Amino acid sequence: MTKKDNNPIVSLVSRAVSPFIMLYALYVIFHGHYSPGGGFQGGTMLAAAVLLVRLAAGGELGQLQFKTSWGMPLGSMGVLIYFGTGFTALLLGGNFLNYHTLPLGSDPAAVRGWGILLVEIGVGLAVMGILVAIYDHLLEGDPL
Amino acid sequence: MITILTKNSPVLIPLLFLAFGLIIPLVAWKRNNWAWPAMMLASLTSVAIAVFNVFKVMEKGPVHYYMGNWMPPIGIEYVLDHLSAFVMLVINLIAFLVLMHAKKIVPLELTRREPPYYAAISLLLCGLNGIVITGDLFNLYVFLEISSLSLYGLIASGEKKSPVAAFRYLIMGTIAASFYLLGVGFLYITTGSLNMADVKAILPSIAGQPTVLIALALMVLGMGIKMALFPLHGWLPDAYTYAPSTSSAIIAPTAAKVAAYVLLRVLFFVFGVSFVTKTVPITNVIMWLAAIGIIYGSIMAIAQKELKRMLAYSSVAQVGYIGLGIGLANPWGLIGAVLHVLNHAFMKACLFLVAGNFRFKLGHSNIFKLEDSIRKKMPWTMAAFTAAALSMVGLPPLAGFFSKWYLALGTIKSASTNWTSWIFLVVILVSSLLNAVYFFRVLEKVYMKPMGKKPKDVHESHEKHEKEETIEIKSNEVGASMLIPTLIMAIGLIVIGLLNAIIVKGIIAFIIPAGMK
Amino acid sequence: MLDFILGHYAYWFTFALLVIGLYAMMMKKNLVKKLIGMTIFQVSIIIFYISSSVKWGGTVPIIEPGDMEKVHHGMAGAVEAAKYINPLPHTLMLTAIVVGVATTGVAFALVISIYKRYKTLNETELLKRMKKEDDNDSD
Repeated sequence: MTKKDNNPIVSLVSRAVSPFIMLYALYVIFHGHYSPGGGFQGGTMLAAAVLLVRLAAGGELGQLQFKTSWGMPLGSMGVLIYFGTGFTALLLGGNFLNYHTLPLGSDPAAVRGWGILLVEIGVGLAVMGILVAIYDHLLEGDPL
Repeated sequence: MITILTKNSPVLIPLLFLAFGLIIPLVAWKRNNWAWPAMMLASLTSVAIAVFNVFKVMEKGPVHYYMGNWMPPIGIEYVLDHLSAFVMLVINLIAFLVLMHAKKIVPLELTRREPPYYAAISLLLCGLNGIVITGDLFNLYVFLEISSLSLYGLIASGEKKSPVAAFRYLIMGTIAASFYLLGVGFLYITTGSLNMADVKAILPSIAGQPTVLIALALMVLGMGIKMALFPLHGWLPDAYTYAPSTSSAIIAPTAAKVAAYVLLRVLFFVFGVSFVTKTVPITNVIMWLAAIGIIYGSIMAIAQKELKRMLAYSSVAQVGYIGLGIGLANPWGLIGAVLHVLNHAFMKACLFLVAGNFRFKLGHSNIFKLEDSIRKKMPWTMAAFTAAALSMVGLPPLAGFFSKWYLALGTIKSASTNWTSWIFLVVILVSSLLNAVYFFRVLEKVYMKPMGKKPKDVHESHEKHEKEETIEIKSNEVGASMLIPTLIMAIGLIVIGLLNAIIVKGIIAFIIPAGMK
Repeated sequence: MLDFILGHYAYWFTFALLVIGLYAMMMKKNLVKKLIGMTIFQVSIIIFYISSSVKWGGTVPIIEPGDMEKVHHGMAGAVEAAKYINPLPHTLMLTAIVVGVATTGVAFALVISIYKRYKTLNETELLKRMKKEDDNDSD
């Protein structure tokens, strides 16, 4: 990470491949209840896409895609999305995490599907933010 | 709005602390000293909800709450019965008082790191409350790990050897949680369900299989490590000593007790009383290990020089009392164990807060360096210390006497069937004497020397010369926000001791599981 | 006898990984190797759960399109539960994997903190330096 030789092939290929990894990660998150996948898996792949560029290019170039200071707030936002979905369900009359009461349509199975999707998005963002934050903080030696 | 909150009250406390774990860093983004008021708001709300839960259980009986409206055994359910409401009230009350004390001392020991510290405490309380209230075996593992990870962070934020202590605790705690998970896995493959009540219903028909025995052994082993049952207590002295004062004061009364609560639940409410006493007499093993732990902890505490380390070994002994009460497996022992959870929480928290006061004013808490001028400079702190010390020894009418009384009644009752229980009665009495030895050491050093010598420290600028021999020393007591919680806990010990019959008849008597005579 | 050993091969793997993890945690002197042992230990439990969910001839637990029509039209018992493998242990183990990752993260932060303070990661050397610091402090 502190070596100065920029191997052009590694640098170029990693920067070219990283958006496709992110796209595939979004596909994995959104298709969590039709095929193997879901929040955790997609979030880890999103983090891998960011960390690939940081490992290969390092320094200034690695920060362009995803700044270090965005890691923790993104993680917190993901957890708040999860918590907010469950709490909204609680405030609207059901128990905690009862997606049936969310105002997203009328077909019971479809509403629960949308509720799970919101939760999975929250989980994916949280996992991505936290994994990138762990990498950044361990590397610059700043214990939080 | 109020009806929504009251209908969902079992689940509110873990949710509240989870939300505040995220809100506190947000609120304190610009100014660090907004973290403490936010934390106190969360803690005050949680105490209010816990008190409400206790009254709800006392008038209506056990309350079942289904997450996502999925019925058990498919869904996760939260069970609010007398035992969980009681332990939840103890945890939240102790946390509130300790956090009141933390206002001055956290900025001293952890400068500029308060928002993450309070966020970690919030997540710890979320995990502990979640463990207490859940009725699902795997959900308990999740909350156990949430609270454990926060604990490792809280312990490691001290100075000197705290990262090493936290690392040792991390390795042992992860092994413990993994053993518990493996035990749950064995139970799942034999019974097909993860819900505690469901497993209890299915278990008698398959009770003879080796898988169930191994599951019991693994779960007891895992929870024994977490609870610091002798000889699995190796992580405890270092972890409690090198943690910051507030961390020790929150962890010591609550973390090991919650693990003892899990042991109680698993032994008596999942496996059933007759299984753990007659089919596989594991309660005998727990009793003997707890008894050895009591003597070991007390003897090791006598040998310590530093106050916090002494209190840590004393905690090993006190958790031994709770283990003894669980292992006796009769109503008196169980009442004694659960009452001791309450009493010991107050006593240990008060003692650790006193150690925090010493560190705040003197910079250290080494017993041999305490001067006898302390009794004039910090009179109220020493009064609280005396009350807590007398309660630990077991003098009536302070609270500590009554839990030992119930435990002694339990041993006498168990001795009618099993003569070795007389040894446990002797252990209880001898350990009270050993407690007296190590506490009176401190009291003698502070109170018993005559006030004739000139004190040698720098806070003398306000001295008044009234007599020739003695020099009047102005009280250098800690501020109100640190003194009031200490005093409340000390007074609380007296109040609990006087009111213990009401507490036992009102709540604890309903905890006795079916089948225990 | 051979039948017993070969029939339970999943449990033998679990057992082997468990013992390797415990050995690494106890016997290795480097702190990072202890952490690797802890990770192996947790992975063995994950493999145990997953191996309990497998069935001979079972398929992925996603309802096939043909069956989905029957469910929508309200025919009870349309989905044959026995041909799908059990998805619940997989879900539980997702949580356990994430817990393992978080624990490893915290553990590495602690290891870095220990290294910054004591400049060594070897356990015997670490104990010696801690004792020296203790002796210096109590003077």
